[in-house]
Amino acid sequence: MFARSPSPKVIPGFGLALGITLAYLSLVVLLPLAMIPLAAFRLAPERAWAVVSDPRTVHALALSFGTALLAAAVNAVLGTLLAWVLVRYDFPGRRLVDALIDLPFALPTAVAGISLAALYAPNGWLGRLLAPLGVTVAYTPLGIVVALVFVGLPFVVRTVEPVLEALDAEVEEAAATLGASWSRAFRRVVLPLIAPAVLAGFAMALARGVGEYGSVIFIAGNLPMVSEIAPLLIAIRLEEYNNGAAAVIALAMLAIAFALLLAINLLQAWNRRRIEA
Amino acid sequence: MKLARLGLAAVLVALSCAVARADTALLNVSYDPTREFYRDFNAAFAQAWKAESGETVQVRMSHGGSGRQSRSVIDGLEADVVTLALGYDIDAIADIRGALPADWQTRLPNESSPYTSTIVFLVRKGNPKAIRDWGDLAKPGIGVVTPNPKTSGGARWNFLAAWAWAEDAFGRDEAKVRAYMTALFKNVPVLDTGARGSTTTFVKRGIGDVLLAWENEAHLALRELGPDAFEIVAPSMSILAQPPVAVVDANVDKHGTRKAAQAYLDFLYAPEGQRLAARHYYRPIHPEHAAKDDVARFPELRLVTLKDRFGDWRATQKRFFDDGGIFDQIFATR
Amino acid sequence: MSLLSPRRAHAVAEAPAVRFLLLGLALAAVALFLLLPLGVVFAEAFARGWAAFAEGVADPDARAAIRLTLLVAAISVSVNLVFGVAAAWAVTKFDFPGKSVLVTLIDLPFSVSPVIAGLIYVLLFGAHGLIGPWLIAHGVEVIFAVPGIVLATMFVTLPFVARELIPTMEMLGRGDEEAARTLGASGWQIFFRVTLPNVKWAALYGVLLCNARAMGEFGAVSVVSGHLRGLTNTMPLHIEILYNEYNFVAAFAVASLLALMALVTLALKSGLEALGGK
Repeated sequence: MFARSPSPKVIPGFGLALGITLAYLSLVVLLPLAMIPLAAFRLAPERAWAVVSDPRTVHALALSFGTALLAAAVNAVLGTLLAWVLVRYDFPGRRLVDALIDLPFALPTAVAGISLAALYAPNGWLGRLLAPLGVTVAYTPLGIVVALVFVGLPFVVRTVEPVLEALDAEVEEAAATLGASWSRAFRRVVLPLIAPAVLAGFAMALARGVGEYGSVIFIAGNLPMVSEIAPLLIAIRLEEYNNGAAAVIALAMLAIAFALLLAINLLQAWNRRRIEA
Repeated sequence: MKLARLGLAAVLVALSCAVARADTALLNVSYDPTREFYRDFNAAFAQAWKAESGETVQVRMSHGGSGRQSRSVIDGLEADVVTLALGYDIDAIADIRGALPADWQTRLPNESSPYTSTIVFLVRKGNPKAIRDWGDLAKPGIGVVTPNPKTSGGARWNFLAAWAWAEDAFGRDEAKVRAYMTALFKNVPVLDTGARGSTTTFVKRGIGDVLLAWENEAHLALRELGPDAFEIVAPSMSILAQPPVAVVDANVDKHGTRKAAQAYLDFLYAPEGQRLAARHYYRPIHPEHAAKDDVARFPELRLVTLKDRFGDWRATQKRFFDDGGIFDQIFATR
Repeated sequence: MSLLSPRRAHAVAEAPAVRFLLLGLALAAVALFLLLPLGVVFAEAFARGWAAFAEGVADPDARAAIRLTLLVAAISVSVNLVFGVAAAWAVTKFDFPGKSVLVTLIDLPFSVSPVIAGLIYVLLFGAHGLIGPWLIAHGVEVIFAVPGIVLATMFVTLPFVARELIPTMEMLGRGDEEAARTLGASGWQIFFRVTLPNVKWAALYGVLLCNARAMGEFGAVSVVSGHLRGLTNTMPLHIEILYNEYNFVAAFAVASLLALMALVTLALKSGLEALGGK
């Protein structure tokens, strides 16, 4: 059905490329993922609803998405700042900092979790400094946000950097000749141009954060109704031999995540059309 | 593409099989705090088995939270023997997968538990919060560290020991027992998924004032992580924790390892096995085989048993730890 | 060039004070969120000196974990590179209905929790799974064996190469390829002579990220591994085991090895970017 698409194709390889893509995607992602609804729908609808509407499930889902949104928002600001500094300024060690940005991609999440817990525990390097201020990070929802900020840090930096790099100096000059101050020029000229990249990075950090497990369980405290994330609840339901409930929670997570991603992609498409117009 | 992937999978299977060179390979799927014990025990068994049968045996270990390990065996982990934290986790393998008969627990002496343990308190040196007994755990301002009873076997023993004490203390008035348990769980700042996670939280992270732990785990933590920083408190009473062992019939028949697997478990009851268990802080069922100094480390404690107080594990699991059970109710009102 | 001078002239430049403030904030964030966690890993690894570190790394089980990790990473990265190129080619060089759905599907593994990624393979290949009983009856082990670990890693790292290639190839457009076609070049010629030189840095970046994630994956692999020492333990799982055995020095020693590998990867990437003129 795809072969008869509207535009005539000049470039070859459509069949092969799409064939590989669809075959691999089906075998590795879609077919296995289909197991989730399959297992979930084996549950009677009222039991499935009971699982989803259980306050503990609702809290875990809200916590996972809430902390991921918060961390992605922090990363949107922090990432833009880092990208700005890396692209615009020359300072000793710039290349080193630039290379370090990718560290959260490379450091295994479990290692990150262990070292963050060691840092922020009441007797850790940072926890010791924060404790007198009455701030506890480890074993609270705040700890989850810290872990997710770490995990998602590179996304926004890496999406915004190339856009800033390519930013046309003339655009800024034009703004300057019109007498705009720096902050005004930034808000009116630079920000709209980098917004799609920031949004794309935000979406990736959010998507990654929602499902994050390894780094979070070491620092979260894992208390039901307080600091228990949805992936952990899935693992717990599995260990209780409750496959159906695990699949239902997983399905709820997937549905919400998919809806969020689709919304962000649509927002991007709308933004692109708006700029082109 | 598909063919290439299948071929790749075949190569990988061949690779993973080629690693095991011994005549017989056994897989023992166990729970968290048995790591150090089985490391020594496996070496002793390999030696004894070589002398007896002339065969080289290699025992592979898998450790984790007891519930998770049971789950893995149900999902196809090829365990020849399971040595888990409590009977229910082996019941589940029998009930859900049918890999061993439902009456597996009658096949070996002492309800298939070659060693036992109990639940004690680990507190910070000098016991600054003066924690002596179960009643102290529910007082305001005390931080109690225990793993999650939903996923950890040790945590289920913790819960039942506290419950049994409260039943005695409040004349079996269930409303009062529940109020006590609720107050206790109000004091829990972290619920790790396994016993080892809780120990690390308490010892390394400095969270809480008291850790509810397996006796052997408490001794091990004391030795490994700081005899000068912690001390063990034995409460007025506790529960007899029976970690059972079993041969997984379906798997040993498939691997042809029944003889070795059976001998492996029998060796746990033999003098050498009993001696090693005591050395690793498990209470041997035949203390006469253990070193005197090792046995002297276990304080005299009044211990209630699961059978006398709560019945069998299937009923206990359903009443306390299944979805919507007493633990969930208590935690919801916390 | 003075400290903190702008890298190139900008008509709209912020005041020096603002510049210092922004730079200070950025560096503080890097120190707090990146350097400190990294520092803890190395500090703990060498807490008892070199000998303890070397002992942790030279252990046979540690070496088996390192070998397995490299094998798993090599397989999943090469498979995902082929997939990423094919997907980017299909998505950027052609128009077809359902394209944005396809792009969203490629991103999907990003937003699927690693726990779920493990769960689905257990539901599929486990003893009570859809095709697990049949496979087990025919002596093929997937779950709790190396193939399961490879599959779970492939799932988790699937989007990386495609994600890097698609925007780059989108930006480059189709003009060059169409011109080459008009001049009579074959499909493979177009790909190797025209497209690949333009996207090689993006592809490499994707490969490096994919590799890093493949070596470090924990959640998904943990669900399907079975944790058999020396057999199905990858490095992150081995770290967890050592950590649970109170062997903190060895745990952080293996962790530091992984962190070091990651640092080398990052350095390699920076070096190649400098050569390629980014």
